[in-house]
Amino acid sequence: MTALHVLTLILVVVGAALAFWFRDLLAAVIALAGSSLLLSLEFYLLQAPDVAIAEAGIGAALTVAIYILAIRKTHYKEEE
Amino acid sequence: MSVIVRTVSRVVAPVALAFGAYVIMHGHLTPGGGFQGGAVVASVVALLVVAFGCERWRKWTHVLLPLEDVGAMAFVILAFLGVGATFFRNVLAGSGGLFGAPVPQLGPNPGALNTAGTLPLMNWAVGFKVIAGLGAVVLLLALFGREDG
Repeated sequence: MTALHVLTLILVVVGAALAFWFRDLLAAVIALAGSSLLLSLEFYLLQAPDVAIAEAGIGAALTVAIYILAIRKTHYKEEE
Repeated sequence: MSVIVRTVSRVVAPVALAFGAYVIMHGHLTPGGGFQGGAVVASVVALLVVAFGCERWRKWTHVLLPLEDVGAMAFVILAFLGVGATFFRNVLAGSGGLFGAPVPQLGPNPGALNTAGTLPLMNWAVGFKVIAGLGAVVLLLALFGREDG
């Protein structure tokens, strides 16, 4: 069980780091969605299913949709 | 979007709507509640906006914006119903009728749906406010920049 916690948290940090390093903003948003979904899995493992539902709904679905709609109206690449 | 995305969202959207309604309706018994279920239903709105384009949902802004006010007003009015004793007093609990059925027995039980008085109604009020608020944010952001946005 502890190994699952450690693996999930490492993957959350890896997803956040990928979202930071990607130059393609769409890929960065997808990495952020994966990180958020794994964070909701971690909330479920910590026996907080209430927070897990909210995190999956807000973090993994709605903010990604809002980011994608914003990217579609601006630029796809990060500028120097 | 492509025909694959549209077909899959035709399948997924009713299931996700039913799950969101379940989370709101059973909010006083199981994990979840008005905010969580409303977020699930608002993600269905985001899915439909992304899959089918935003133009065909433009007239729904005239539904979503009043629905948010209705949710907030219903919550405050339900809280004021018990103001004879205290604010937020649960006047419907244990009073018979649809929402005031008696609690079955002490100890472990699967949970009876109609025993919580005003709490399910407050969950629905919060749920409608969150559906309308988050859905209107996504829809208006998708419509932003078009003519008469």
